[in-house]
Amino acid sequence: MSGARGGPQPGDGAMNAAMRPFPAAAGEALRDTRLRANLAGATHTIREKRNRVVAEVPDWPQLREAGRAIKVEVLAHLDTYLEAFEQAVTDAGGHVHWAPDAAAANQVVLDVARAHQVSEIVKVKSLTTDEIGLNDALAAGGVHAIETDLAELILQLDGDWSSHILVPAIHLNRTEIRDLFRATIADPSLGDDPRELAEASRRYLRERFLTARMAVSGANFGVADSGTVCVVESEGNGRMCTTLPPVLVTILGIEKLVPTFGDLEVFLQLLPRSSTGERMNPYTSLWTGVTPGDGPQEFHVVLLDGGRTRVLADQVGRQALHCIRCSACLNVCPVYSRTGGHAYGSIYPGPIGAILTPQLYGIEAAPTLPFASSLCGACYEVCPVMIDIPSVLLHLREKAVAAGAKPGERLAMKAVSWIFGGRRRFAAAARLGRLGQRPLVRRGRIVRLPAPLAAWTRTRDLRPLSSESFRDWWERRR
Amino acid sequence: MNGSRELILGRVRDALGDAGEAEALPPRAYRRQGTLEPAARIELLCERIGDYQAQVRRVGAAELAVAIGEAFAAEGAARVCVPGGIPPQWRPEGVELVVDAPLTLEELDGVDGVLTGCTLAIAETGTIVLSAGPAEGRRALTLVPDLHVCVVGEDQVVETVPEAMAPLAKLVRAERRPITFISGPSATSDIELSRVEGVHGPRRLIVLIVNKELQ
Repeated sequence: MSGARGGPQPGDGAMNAAMRPFPAAAGEALRDTRLRANLAGATHTIREKRNRVVAEVPDWPQLREAGRAIKVEVLAHLDTYLEAFEQAVTDAGGHVHWAPDAAAANQVVLDVARAHQVSEIVKVKSLTTDEIGLNDALAAGGVHAIETDLAELILQLDGDWSSHILVPAIHLNRTEIRDLFRATIADPSLGDDPRELAEASRRYLRERFLTARMAVSGANFGVADSGTVCVVESEGNGRMCTTLPPVLVTILGIEKLVPTFGDLEVFLQLLPRSSTGERMNPYTSLWTGVTPGDGPQEFHVVLLDGGRTRVLADQVGRQALHCIRCSACLNVCPVYSRTGGHAYGSIYPGPIGAILTPQLYGIEAAPTLPFASSLCGACYEVCPVMIDIPSVLLHLREKAVAAGAKPGERLAMKAVSWIFGGRRRFAAAARLGRLGQRPLVRRGRIVRLPAPLAAWTRTRDLRPLSSESFRDWWERRR
Repeated sequence: MNGSRELILGRVRDALGDAGEAEALPPRAYRRQGTLEPAARIELLCERIGDYQAQVRRVGAAELAVAIGEAFAAEGAARVCVPGGIPPQWRPEGVELVVDAPLTLEELDGVDGVLTGCTLAIAETGTIVLSAGPAEGRRALTLVPDLHVCVVGEDQVVETVPEAMAPLAKLVRAERRPITFISGPSATSDIELSRVEGVHGPRRLIVLIVNKELQ
């Protein structure tokens, strides 16, 4: 993601400084009519597909409940499961590294690359590696990371960054992608049929897969009792990366464990249907350490904290760690489906991003995100592991207010509370208000409030106080 | 290194200071067993694999070698890679079989297709599951060539995902076998969400379902 334009520079704290308040970024996105059209079409299409394949599963509620409970169990005994996973991976011939933060995780990858004198690696799409800013860190260390997921490749060639967990290039249409490919990896005769575009990426990447000496991946699940790592994908680039190069490094957030291999039977049903709206994704790879004669002969797992233990410490907020990154909550969100992912200024957009980002990086880094929601609850309803996103949003709003309230605001609130606290005071204030608003009312509306309150009327009109209060009216009628 | 380990585990334990309110074992009220008769189960598998734009054919055991030969011929595949352990009665006429002895990646990239068996298949999701058994070979075999013909025995078909996981868990625990779930040819929907079959894995998948009772 080198040369990211306008986006966050993730990694240790870097993202915080670059992050714009959601209202400002969203305002800009809303004025981009083509983006809005792309988004509306895409979110609607995936939503329909998801609903269709979920409806055919008679025990969907029971699967969700099991998924949630398994995640609760993992987090409740996370230390035990992490140790078990480490032991199992080691027994199977893998190496386990512990990374308290992004920098430590990046350093492990760089060290492995240097040990093998590798200057180029292939990489399978991974939110976790985006989160830690791996590509930039590798580039700084002289190692070039090639993104192999079609959408990620598009973004990498464009110097852009992801706007959707599942369809990262959702904001680009076929003509834009064709022009980009013509300028970078294909010749000028390339057409804009998605089939042709996919073929161009296949040709470009095949040689790199066959000759790569090292790969980096994320993972969807790690199994504590067997040391198995699971990658769920569609294109086959995940299989290429985790099978062909002789050295493989997998970055795994510590929350991604499940207790037993059998627990995957729940998530392998929940994830594809919630995510791409398919009964099953084309490829799921499960490997356990090193298999002689098959796949990489050197395997490293990096267990990443990177703020996750901070999230874990919050009893209300920790359920954000249940997330299996399906992106169903993005597609149903009335806010996301209009603003798109960039407005969230974070690797994790949409409702889940609004609760994950402020917790991973600290509420002061993203104080506006918990407010980027109408609290309609659609996200909670579709979440395959039943994360109560609206409740966590409210919880985080409390924190944001506590952390950021200005003295003037606090004073005003105190005054309002005093006025509302007494009948006479309230009646007097209302009379005063009716007098005071006169110069502001134009044709029955207030279209512009003075300075400290101007923000309210910037995007909406205000109804004036009626000329008579209810109480006065009632008295008169009696 | 070791310091990092203790640091993270310490942070986890501090964060969980309030624990002890862990719930009982996760409820498993979901379906763990299918209900279909064998014939309906096989039909469901065929339908679901077909939904992925893969080809499915049902064949009798006696005609299997011929069906395999025809499948490759129809796709114009003359040189085909096979794992060392495929049953001799699968060997088709008119197709050159190259045994993975093992082949280099370049050699593998040069064959027209690959022929394998599988460990099991899941009807409800239209999935075939490979676990590097003798007739399945290492993972690269079913990844690099552009055409994959997979033989599934009717007795290998389960109905639901949970029914598949129990035997796979045994293979993983006992032998640490790598496992691959394949549901149709590779695909992407990254460009305007229009589905394109065939990106990096085999672009064509042909599944032959063998009626073992004919044997």
